[in-house]
Amino acid sequence: MSETDTDTAAPEAPDTDDAAETTPTVHGCVAGESCGQTVVFPTREQYLDLVKALADDGYTMVIDLCGVDYLEYFDRPLPDGIEPERFEVVVNLLDIAHRRRVRIRVQVPEDEPTIPTLFDLHPGAEAYERETYDMFGIVFTDHPDMTRILMPEDWIGHPLRKDYAVGKIPVQFKGAHA
Amino acid sequence: MSTTEETAVGAPVPWSHANVGQTTAGEQEMKPRSETTADELMRELGSVLRMSEAEAAQLGDLPEDPDEDQTMIINMGPQHPSTHGVLRLMLELQGETVLRCKPIIGYLHTGMEKTGEQLTYLQGGTNVTRMDYLSPFNNELAFSMATEKLLGIDGDIPERAVWMRMLLSELNRMSSHLLFLATNGMDLGAVGMMIYGWREREEVLRFFQKVTGLRMNHNFIRPGGLAADLPPGWRDDVLRLLDLIPERLEEYDTLMTGQPIWRERLQGVGVITPDEAIALGANGPILRSTGVPWDLRRDMPYLRYDEVDFDVIVGSYGDAYDRYAIRLNEVRESMKIVRQILERMPTGDYRIQDKKVTPPPRARIDESMEALIHHFKLFTEGFKVPEGEVYVGIESPRGEIGCYIASDGSPTPYRIHMRAPSFANIQCLPHMLRGGLVADAVAVISSTDPVLGDVDR
Repeated sequence: MSETDTDTAAPEAPDTDDAAETTPTVHGCVAGESCGQTVVFPTREQYLDLVKALADDGYTMVIDLCGVDYLEYFDRPLPDGIEPERFEVVVNLLDIAHRRRVRIRVQVPEDEPTIPTLFDLHPGAEAYERETYDMFGIVFTDHPDMTRILMPEDWIGHPLRKDYAVGKIPVQFKGAHA
Repeated sequence: MSTTEETAVGAPVPWSHANVGQTTAGEQEMKPRSETTADELMRELGSVLRMSEAEAAQLGDLPEDPDEDQTMIINMGPQHPSTHGVLRLMLELQGETVLRCKPIIGYLHTGMEKTGEQLTYLQGGTNVTRMDYLSPFNNELAFSMATEKLLGIDGDIPERAVWMRMLLSELNRMSSHLLFLATNGMDLGAVGMMIYGWREREEVLRFFQKVTGLRMNHNFIRPGGLAADLPPGWRDDVLRLLDLIPERLEEYDTLMTGQPIWRERLQGVGVITPDEAIALGANGPILRSTGVPWDLRRDMPYLRYDEVDFDVIVGSYGDAYDRYAIRLNEVRESMKIVRQILERMPTGDYRIQDKKVTPPPRARIDESMEALIHHFKLFTEGFKVPEGEVYVGIESPRGEIGCYIASDGSPTPYRIHMRAPSFANIQCLPHMLRGGLVADAVAVISSTDPVLGDVDR
């Protein structure tokens, strides 16, 4: 992170002088902090605008994009005002000029697992989005090539979902009783 | 798990969902132009990348996109010897010229992120070390640092452990780059170089074997420190390496760097500009070859890289030759760092003395009930990691290896995702190959130095 206080991505208090505790925001989205790292929680509607605004701030590289299925851990800690959903898309952005990072966590509901693609802004996110689609079944709308990338194309199901069983090969050890 | 049929690998779970129609997978293969959507065609032609007018004008030199009957689509790989494993490229060719390219990956996918969710944090190292199998220490380091950050002990790692980690990751960078030099030489017909590169790499691996017991897949860097201290005589072994390798690098210079054929094969091949590299998320030597001085060791220092003196090697043309020269010189920089580490290696513990994370020494187990209990708990249940999520990125030989862990407070990661540098770098291939000759494709693939274990995980 940059040392300056004028960091645009650092959570800043809104202008209101209410006595009540206000949550910090980044470009109008709820922001928080995890292990000293800045995390922003946009809604799906805010997502594209936020990434666009952050790109203007200098976050020009999508260093990582992945999904998380919170099926078995639904009550995770989230800032106030963020409704937990089953899926999350986690995007790590990097600002090379200012040497700083920011993380974006978007809630994606189970009954409509879609989210806009970052392809127009960051062509490099294309493969990560395919991987996330492949592993979680989250559809990135307007993605140019929404196909599986790691699994065979005729595979059924999305393996990193929590309701997808772990494959096991029964191993017969010498002398073991099955 | 009742019957064998159900427990077979990857047995799909019956899955009924309202969106099943929406998520039906399309075909991965590169389709003829007439069947390709406009967006995808744009991506394959590279025209979505942010280019300046001058760069766009250069595109005018490229062959016009012809009708289908003048081109053919052929497969390169997955069994092609120069694809470094099981990378499959579909190339659209017009004569000798590559018009489009699509990397098709996944042939080595073994679900390591899913496996990682079943393993405790102590076992996790055995899993991640196998991803980028040419830089195992860097994988372990990213995983361990992420776990330590979640545990809140990242500031308490003993000095000796930190410097040992640096020593191992720098030697690992050397061994990885030496292998790159070998394979790069082999791909371009300098077959002698293959033998020399492997030979020098083996010298480094021999040191790893002495330290960790294994040539590869060490699982030596663990959350909290390292598995063991350096063996007696390690300093002499490292000094021997530092004496041996510089003169061998001089030999490489004679064999390749100044040699006209080598330059002809690499210079101006697979060019990528800084903007394109950033837009595609490329990292490591590929980004540095374009002249962007981005090295996490210097720019976002971890361990004690801010206390050692080294140069970040950058290129200026963004071509395959720059990427070769950068890696060759990074070996020299790594040796510079290793020398400083040898001077400054502190004494002390090689792992944190935190009973909840570190197993007790063997001798303590005989005399202390508590030690026995801790030992038992650590190796059966594992240690619990507080709720939270964290991303840690470090500079591996190929670029940024990142580890994203979401923890639900249990002894296994709720979700572990590794940001694989090769995965991102492979995505630059369609752009770097476009307009080039099919014979140069081999040089370009080789210059991205992909490790398919890392790409597919």
